Amino acid sequence: MTPDTAPAPPAGRSTGAVGVRATARVTAAARAGATVLPVLDGDGPFEFRRLRSRDTEARVCVVGAMSAPLGGDRLRIEATALQGASLHITSAAATLALRGPTTAHATYDVHLTVADHAEIRWLPKPLISAAGSNLRQAWTIDLAPTARLVLREEQVLGRMGEPPGHVATRLTVRRGGHVLLDQEAEYGPGAPGWDTPAVLGHHRATGQILLIEPDFDESPLEPQVLIETPDDAQAVLTPLAGPAALITAIAPDGFRLRRILNAAYATSADTSNRARQ
Amino acid sequence: MNRAALLVLADGRFPAGGHAHSGGAEPAVAVGRIRDAESLEDFCRGRLHTAGLVAAALAAAAAAGHDPLALDTAADTRTPVAALRDTARKLGRQMMRAARATWPSAELDALAAARPRGAHQPVVLGVAARSAGLEPLDAAYAALYETVSGPATATVRLLSLDPFDATAVLARLVPELDRVAATATATARRVAEEGVDVLPAASAPLLDISAQQHATRPARLFAS
Repeated sequence: MTPDTAPAPPAGRSTGAVGVRATARVTAAARAGATVLPVLDGDGPFEFRRLRSRDTEARVCVVGAMSAPLGGDRLRIEATALQGASLHITSAAATLALRGPTTAHATYDVHLTVADHAEIRWLPKPLISAAGSNLRQAWTIDLAPTARLVLREEQVLGRMGEPPGHVATRLTVRRGGHVLLDQEAEYGPGAPGWDTPAVLGHHRATGQILLIEPDFDESPLEPQVLIETPDDAQAVLTPLAGPAALITAIAPDGFRLRRILNAAYATSADTSNRARQ
Repeated sequence: MNRAALLVLADGRFPAGGHAHSGGAEPAVAVGRIRDAESLEDFCRGRLHTAGLVAAALAAAAAAGHDPLALDTAADTRTPVAALRDTARKLGRQMMRAARATWPSAELDALAAARPRGAHQPVVLGVAARSAGLEPLDAAYAALYETVSGPATATVRLLSLDPFDATAVLARLVPELDRVAATATATARRVAEEGVDVLPAASAPLLDISAQQHATRPARLFAS
């Protein structure tokens, strides 16, 4: 269940028997009221494209992730926002997990580090778990006490009309060195109970938005449930035990998932703006 | 082995307030996700491998004598939904009252003093098992049995499901319950070396969403 969290492979890649090994890195730093990117190193299937900055925020798009990860790959992205920096990361295309030349699992790990008064907004396109794929994904997020985070992750289980692959994720969020959220999920063939009425039922898309905001210490978001119809997309927005909130959503497909995540996110923004006024 | 104490602890009539909770079955019945014995079994299987696994590992670690306050925090970080944290603490408080009357111990007293509003129920269950002279595996079994027997009993009332059918569901889940109990206990054993982060954190989106929804529903038979 626990994803392979072996030490990060060295920079550069080899394409030996186990598949591609790659670690891409981006570091954002605050300079004269803006955010610059002293490190922007693509690797393997990951290339970074700089987008036009918005206010003090540097924006980066991950491109070329379309054909990865395949079985046996060991992929990793590390993003760091140094003190006061603001970094927004998107992706050009959905990440498609495929079976590849072996049935061995692939790993795709994301490590985010956010320093004091810094922010990362990680808003990529979904992960699609194609039939026969086997992916383990570990998210490790380390935040300083005054750091802020917006993280969206979406999983679409199977392409249109095909059964899902197997995907196991673990999300561990630390704030000031203490664990704030620890969560595992395992879906697809071989994952016990995943398609039961306690876990996903008939839904084939699931996603979350994690919001970490020091102001929530003073004014936590109120829990809220969004349901489009009893059998369709549904989401819950809930305060965590700490200055954070989590939106969890499920839907029959990726389109309806994004729609309800956006609706829940809009609600949270309204609520927190009102709380600040 | 202290079988009789385990029977007392795991008995549905143990006065720890569990009868007022459906383990998510009531909201599932309300929208037709549980409608018969088969869907009840699926529901229980999903709960067993997610919330059940997490609860069993926490209970086993507490029964092994690991710091219950660290385990209580680990339970918080594994319970993103506010309504489920409230339920877990409420049930923990009731379990504490029953356990202190049944198997008084300094460890129970210390936990009650440190968490007056209630610690997470599986942690209290583990410390209670320890006070009763039970092993970590026993505590895992008690947590897992409650994970599936709660929804099964509630569904008998909610759907007028035949009690024979509901009990047959539990019997069919026994082999899986054995496996999850072994996994939970093995993981709890690693806490000494690797800390509480090693404990499982399996999530269940439908349980999470419907628990928060149920908490605000005015007309309900069960508290959760």
